Amino acid sequence: MQKKILSRKSLGIPYMIFLVLFVMAPLFVLIYYAFTNGQGEITIQNLTGFFSDPNTLGTLCYSFGIAAVTTAVCLLLAYPVAYVLATSHLKEKSVILLLFIMPMWINFSLRITALKELLTWLEGNLAYHPFLNTVIGMTYDFLPFMILPIYTTISKLDGALLEAARDLGAGELQAFLKVTLPLSIPGIISGVSMVFLPAMTNYVVLDMLYNSTYIMGSLIGSYFASYNWHGGSMIALILLGIVCLFTLLTRGAEEETARGGVLL
Amino acid sequence: MTKKIWRSMVIVLVLLFLYLPILILSVYSFTDAANIGAIRGFSFHNYVTLFTTPELVKMILGTVVLALGSAFLASILGTMGAIGAFYSKKGMASAIHTMNQVPVVNADVVTGFSICILLVVVLGVSKDTFIPLVAGHVTLCAPFVFLSVIPKLKQMDSSIYEAALDLGATPGTALVKIVIPQIFPGIVSGFALAVTLSLDDYFVATYTKPATFDTISTYVVNATKGAQTTIKTALWALSTVIFLLVVLFTIVMNIRAGKNVQERNGAGQ
Repeated sequence: MQKKILSRKSLGIPYMIFLVLFVMAPLFVLIYYAFTNGQGEITIQNLTGFFSDPNTLGTLCYSFGIAAVTTAVCLLLAYPVAYVLATSHLKEKSVILLLFIMPMWINFSLRITALKELLTWLEGNLAYHPFLNTVIGMTYDFLPFMILPIYTTISKLDGALLEAARDLGAGELQAFLKVTLPLSIPGIISGVSMVFLPAMTNYVVLDMLYNSTYIMGSLIGSYFASYNWHGGSMIALILLGIVCLFTLLTRGAEEETARGGVLL
Repeated sequence: MTKKIWRSMVIVLVLLFLYLPILILSVYSFTDAANIGAIRGFSFHNYVTLFTTPELVKMILGTVVLALGSAFLASILGTMGAIGAFYSKKGMASAIHTMNQVPVVNADVVTGFSICILLVVVLGVSKDTFIPLVAGHVTLCAPFVFLSVIPKLKQMDSSIYEAALDLGATPGTALVKIVIPQIFPGIVSGFALAVTLSLDDYFVATYTKPATFDTISTYVVNATKGAQTTIKTALWALSTVIFLLVVLFTIVMNIRAGKNVQERNGAGQ
C-alpha cells in the first residue's frame, strides 16, 4: 500500500525538478543580476537608475497608456460579441465561436504582416499614426483572448436569475445592468489580465508597425542586444513586479465578485 | 427585428476586422504585386518561391520540428507533474501549482530573458546546442499541459484504479491502463495547445535560439524590417497556406468531434 502511493506521487518529481530548474532558478538569477553591476558588486543603481531616468519612466508611462487603451478597445469590442454569442439560440453558435478562436492558431507575426499591408494601403505611411496603429495591431492580436473568457462566463450564467429580474419588473436594460453585467465581471477580469500584460510587453507589434517608441518589452530587447544583462534583468524584474501586483489585484477582485455573487 | 440585425452586425463587423487582412493578403499572394492595392496578373510565383527557397523551407521545417518536439516533451513532463501533484500532499501539490502558474502569468519576454540569463550567461551553455531554445519552449508549454490534465484527473473515477489494484494489477499497469486512458483527452488538448504556443512564440525563441536558426516568427519579424520583395511576398503565400491549414484542421476536428464540439472548446481553453 505504502509503495503504490509512493509511486504515483513520485511521478511528479521530474516536473518538480524541471520547474525549480527552469522557472525558479532563472528568477533567482534575474534578481541577482538586477542588483549587481558588471564588476559583481551589489548595487541598487539599476533600480534607482530606472526610476530617475525620464526616458525609462516615459517608457513605463507609454506602456501603461498603450496597454490601457488596447485593453479598453478590446473590452468594448469583445463584450458585445461575447454577449450576443452567449445569449443567442443559433444552432451554428459553436461554429461562430470557432471563427473567433481560429485566428489564435495563425502565427501572430504573419497576421500582423497582413494587417500592416492593409494599413499601409489605407494610410499610405504608417509613421503618421504610430499610437493608433499600435492599438489597432494589438487589438487585432489579442481580441480573441478577451472574447473567450467573457463568453464562457456569460454562457454559464443562471438563466433563472434573469427571469426572476424580469418577473420582478426589471426592463431588459435594467436586467442587463443589474444582473448580467455584474455577474460577468470575473470573465472581464480574466480577459483584462490576458490582454493588459501582453500589451505592455509585446514590442514586436510596435516594431512591425513602424512605431519607434519604446514600451517595457523593448527595453529588455535593447539591453539584450547590447549584452547589458544587469540592466535587462532589472527591467525584467520590474515587469515581474507588475505581473505579481496585477495577479494579486485580479485575484482579490475575483474573490470579491465571487462573494458578491453569493450574496446576490 | 432591428435587434436581430444589430446583433448580427456586431458579429459580422468584428469577424471582418479579424479576417479581412488575412483574406486580402491571401488574394494578393496569388498575384505578382509587391504591395496590396495594386492590381496585377494572376501568378503562382510566391508559392514557387516559398517551397523552393532553401532558407524558407528550412525555417518552416525547423519551426514545425521544434513545436512538435517541445510539445511532446512538455506533454510528458506536464502529465507526469499533474498526476504527481494530484496524488501528493497538500503542501507539495500547492508548491507545484504555484510554480506552474509562474510561466502562465509571466510575460514571455521575461520568461525568455531569464532562461537566457541562466543557461547562456551564467551556465555558459552554447545557444548552438539548441538546449536553451528547447528548454525555453518546454517551459513555455508544459504548464498549459499541466493545466489541461488536472481537470481530467479531478473528473476521473478513482474507484476503477482501486479495483484494478484489487484485481492484482501492479500500480504501474493500473496507471497505464486505467489512469492514462481516462485523462487522455486532457493530454491531447494540452499537446495541441503546446504546439500552437510554440508555433506562435517569438520572445522565448529570440532570446534563446542559435544565431543561424529561425522560427517562422523570428524570421517574419526580421524580414519585415527591410526585406527583399520576393521574400516578403513569399511570406504572404506562407500566411495563406497556414490559414488554409488552420481552416482544414478546424473542419476536420469539427466533423470528428461532432456534437461534442462545445465541450471541447471549453476544455481547450
